[in-house]
Formats: sequence, C-alpha cells, structure tokens
Amino acid sequence: MNIAQLLNQLPGAVAQGLIWGIMAIGVYITFRILDIADLTVDGSFATGGAVAAILITGGVNPWLATLIAFVVGLAAGMVTGVFHTSMGIPAILAGILTQLALYSVNLRIQGIGTDLGSRANVPLSINKYKNMLVSLRNVGRFALDNPIWLMLLITLVLIGLMYWFFGTEYGCGLRAVGANPQMARAQGISTGMGKIVGLMISNGLVAFSGALMAQYQGFSDVQMGRGAIVIGLAAVIIGEVVFGKLFRNFALKLLAVSLGAIIYYMVIQVVLWLGLNTDDLKLLTALVVALFLAMPHWKSRFTAWKLKGGKLRG
Amino acid sequence: MAESEMLVLQGLHKTFNPGTVMRKMALAGVDLTLSKGDFVTVIGGNGAGKSTMLNAIAGTFQVDSGTISLGGRNVTHLPEHKRAAFLGRVFQDPMTGTAASMNIEENLALASRRGQPRGLRWGITARERAEYREKLASLDLGLESRMGSKVGLLSGGQRQALTLLMATLKKPELLLLDEHTAALDPKTAEKVLRLTSQLIRDNGLTALMVTHNMKDALALGNRTIMMHEGKVILDLDAEAKKHMTVEDLLAQFEKASGRELANDRMLLV
Ligand SMILES: Nc1ncnc2c1ncn2[C@@H]1O[C@H](COP(=O)(O)OP(=O)(O)OP(=O)(O)O)[C@@H](O)[C@H]1O
Ligand SMILES: [Mg+2]
Repeated sequence: MNIAQLLNQLPGAVAQGLIWGIMAIGVYITFRILDIADLTVDGSFATGGAVAAILITGGVNPWLATLIAFVVGLAAGMVTGVFHTSMGIPAILAGILTQLALYSVNLRIQGIGTDLGSRANVPLSINKYKNMLVSLRNVGRFALDNPIWLMLLITLVLIGLMYWFFGTEYGCGLRAVGANPQMARAQGISTGMGKIVGLMISNGLVAFSGALMAQYQGFSDVQMGRGAIVIGLAAVIIGEVVFGKLFRNFALKLLAVSLGAIIYYMVIQVVLWLGLNTDDLKLLTALVVALFLAMPHWKSRFTAWKLKGGKLRG
Repeated sequence: MAESEMLVLQGLHKTFNPGTVMRKMALAGVDLTLSKGDFVTVIGGNGAGKSTMLNAIAGTFQVDSGTISLGGRNVTHLPEHKRAAFLGRVFQDPMTGTAASMNIEENLALASRRGQPRGLRWGITARERAEYREKLASLDLGLESRMGSKVGLLSGGQRQALTLLMATLKKPELLLLDEHTAALDPKTAEKVLRLTSQLIRDNGLTALMVTHNMKDALALGNRTIMMHEGKVILDLDAEAKKHMTVEDLLAQFEKASGRELANDRMLLV
C-alpha cells in the first residue's frame, strides 16, 4: 500500500463529493425539511445525466444543458408529488413508482437520435465537447480548470439560493408543512401543494447534480443513479454527526451536507485503498447508513433505560 | 342572512367509518348560529361530538350533509387551508398548534400571514419583529427575550399562550378553542384562560370554546351550549347563565338527555 497512491485519489474524491453533495442537498430538502423519504432520486439523478448528455452531444451549450436537466428534474419531482398528494399513494411508494418509470424514460432520452430509440450509455468525451463544465481529466492538476473550483462555486451559489428561498414567506411555509402539517393547514398553507413544490425543488437539484456527474465522468448511464438515495442520506447524516453541534444556521447546515458528501467519498477512497473490493461498496454504505439512522432510536432507548435505572436506584 | 351572523351551522351530519361495524354518527344534525362577538362555551360528555363540530367548521373533513357559513360565506366545501383565512384555532395538544422545529418569531410570522398569498418576500421583517416582541411581552412569560428559540423548547403552557397569540395575530372571524387548557397544570391553565378572555375581549372576537370545566363554562362567555350524541341539546344565554350553578347545569343535562353527564376529564367544581 502506497500512501502517494491514496493522495492521488483525494482530489477526485473531493470533486465527486462536491457533485454528489448537490444531490444530497436535494435529499436534505425532502428528508429533513419535508419529512419525506423520496426514492425518486435514484431515477432523477440518471435523468439529469441523460438529458445533459443528449443535449451536449446534440450541440447544446453545457450550461444550458445542465439547466434544462434541472427543469426536467423539477418535472420528475412533480410526478412523485402528484402520485403522493392527488392520488393518495404513500410517499415512499410514489417515489419508487416514479423511479421505476424513469428507468424507461432515461433509456428513451438517451436513445434520441439512435436507430433503436433507446440506449443505456452515452459517451461524453471531454476531447470532443471541450466546453463541458467539469471533467475528471483536470482534477489532479493545480490549475484554474480544475473542476473543484467551479464545483465549489456552484455549491456555494446553490446554498445561497436555498438559504434565500427557505427564508422567504413561501419557503417558511414549506418548512412548516414538513415541521407540522396540521399547523401549516391551520395557518392557511396547502400541505399537498407544499409537498409537490418541495419534491420538485429536490429532484431539480438531484437532476442538476446528475448532469454535472455525466460531464465529470465523461458519460451518462442509466445505472448511474443506483443507490443515490443512500449516498444522499449518508452525506446528510455524516454532515449532521460531524458538524451538527457547530453549524446551527440553515446555510451552514446545507454546507455540512456537502461536506458530508466529500467526507463520504474520502472515506470510500481510503477503504478502497485499504483493499476493499469495489463490488462490496454498496453493502458497506448501506450498513453504515443503517447504523447512523438507528442512532436516534438507540439514543432515546438508552435515555429511557438510564431514567428507569435512576428511578430504581433513587 | 343577517349581517351580524358570524357562524351558521345548519343540519350538520357526520358519520365516521360508514358501512362498517365501527360506524359512528358523531354529528346528528347540529344547528347553531353565532352572532358577531358571541363567546360561546361548549360542554358535553365523552364522545358528544364537540371536537367533531369544531373540526367540521375548520374543514378537517367534509361533512356528510348540512351547510356551514362563516361571515355570510358558504364554506361547506372549502378545503381546510382556505378556510383558515377566517379562523383562529387552538388545539388540546400543545404540540399541534405550533411548529416545534421553527423558532418563536418564525411561528408568529407564519401566523400573521394566514389567509394571505405567500410570495418571495423575506419571511419576516424588522418591523414585525418589534411588533412581536411587544405582543410577547404582554403575555408576561418572558418569551420576548427568546424570539430566536425553537418552539420545541417551550413548556406546554408557553406553547398554548403562543398558539393563542398566533390565532389572534391576524384577527379571525371565528376563534375555535378545543379544550386548549386541558393538558396544562391548574395554575398554568388558569393563566392561559385569563389570556384567552382578555384576547377575545380586546379584539372583540367571536369564539367557540370547548371546556371540560363546568365552572369555567358558566363563568366565561355570553352563551353556553351543551352537546349530547351529536346534537346541541341545551343553549343558555347570558341571562340564563347568570343564575345557573354547576348543580343546576347537571340537572338540566339529565333532563335534556335522560342520562347522567359522564366525562373523564369533567371538573365539577
Ligand atoms: N376521525 C375519527 N374517526 C372515527 N371516529 C371518530 C373520529 N373522530 C371522532 N370520532 C368519534 O366520534 C365521536 C365524537 O367524538 P368527538 O371527539 O367529537 O367527541 P368530544 O365531544 O370531543 O369528546 P371528548 O370530550 O372526549 O373530547 C366519538 O365517538 C369518537 O370516537
Ligand atoms: Mg374532544
């Protein structure tokens, strides 16, 4: 095991973490603010990649392509929202349905212009599309075209936008929908509409992140979103565990999510370097996330047990 | 419809779980008219339909038949969040009326925009903050110095007082109070009740207050109604209340319902 080898991998981990961090901020919006576990993201992440790839290969400016991916993500979130609120389907199931549907949709999007009309993978070579926003080719270099700088800037701008939005009258209303739906309705806020809008924004960000990922890795693939929800949750939870005591402000909490994603990818690099097989990564991630999700439950049981013990002794 | 009629309920029926063995007729034809400025206390046994009546007015569910008008508008089919424009509500559970994970001033700012379109202006202004600080100070609970604290950190009594303030911040056409002091200790309950009367008086509000405390029911407001098996079975005006004791009230209940009044939480003294 060569430490230089690990150090070589770290800039890549930071860039990947920043890109997935935007996805994780989307997950934070549904999971923490709206109190919904939205599984649409596995599909909408790949949708973002597919839309960006097909537009960029079609000659559209990458900025515009990424923006359009965001808009298509909004639509994906809206579908889940309508499934959930207008059709009364439980949120988890609504997300799974959209995710499943998106798999076909993504194949079709990537198949635009092909004879089959469906394609699993779209290559996006930086040599061919030189104006792509980010590429892993430059990630090891200390230069201005290192994707880390642009990703950092995009992340900070998005956090600023979210901070502003959730501080507005409308955004405060959305937070109330998640915090206490009964209270929200009593204050004249439509909880159904609120959930739809929240799911839209979340999936918009997720697709945006998918669009950047496709450019970064140089291809879009229908499988690229598999397990995205778990990575998003991992980032949210790592961010809370590491920075929870420190970061109280909403913008800082979002920053913690992004940092959580970076830490996640650094840890992954380390365990891979230590010899873990790539095939076992998802198993490890799932177990770690399950462990952290169980923490609050265990903590409350421990407190209850301690209280009971205290009473017995007293 | 007379200009002074604030709330008119006509023939309200509601059956929960219809067509099953769990079938329960909770409202069996409620007729009730409140004039502007009426402060009506509501009493009745367990399962009499008091909460169901208030929830029907608020639009928590759709009634099976009958009409509800508020301030001359027919709101029978209006969804809950749209009716909220006309209503202030305080619930029995102190957790229900506020958002625990948001701070005091954010909760107030949300309430002050009840029934208004919410846009992309900033959610709370400096001028509002000053106004809230003043109003909180008048509660005399020390909340004015904790406007940035999460509501989840407040005690039940503080949360109910805050919910009351929220319900009246934007003057409602009707204030609905459903045993809003039942979860509080007697001293706190008294304080919140005093605040309730004061807010209703100062703002000239029309109010429906469910209580399990017979003495409070008689002492407060200008009218008392009694419910039994989904109906209003007794309606006392201010004059009748004046001469009524708790014992008289119980006797009246037995006469009207043919049964003794039973309520787990009922306080007779
Ligand atoms: N959502 C519901 N689903 C099914 N049954 C209900 C529902 N809400 C109320 N009920 C039933 O309707 C009847 C009236 O209930 P309600 O809560 O209005 O009584 P109440 O007068 O408020 O009684 P309490 O003094 O106990 O609060 C009860 O038998 C209750 O079990
Ligand atoms: Mg009740």
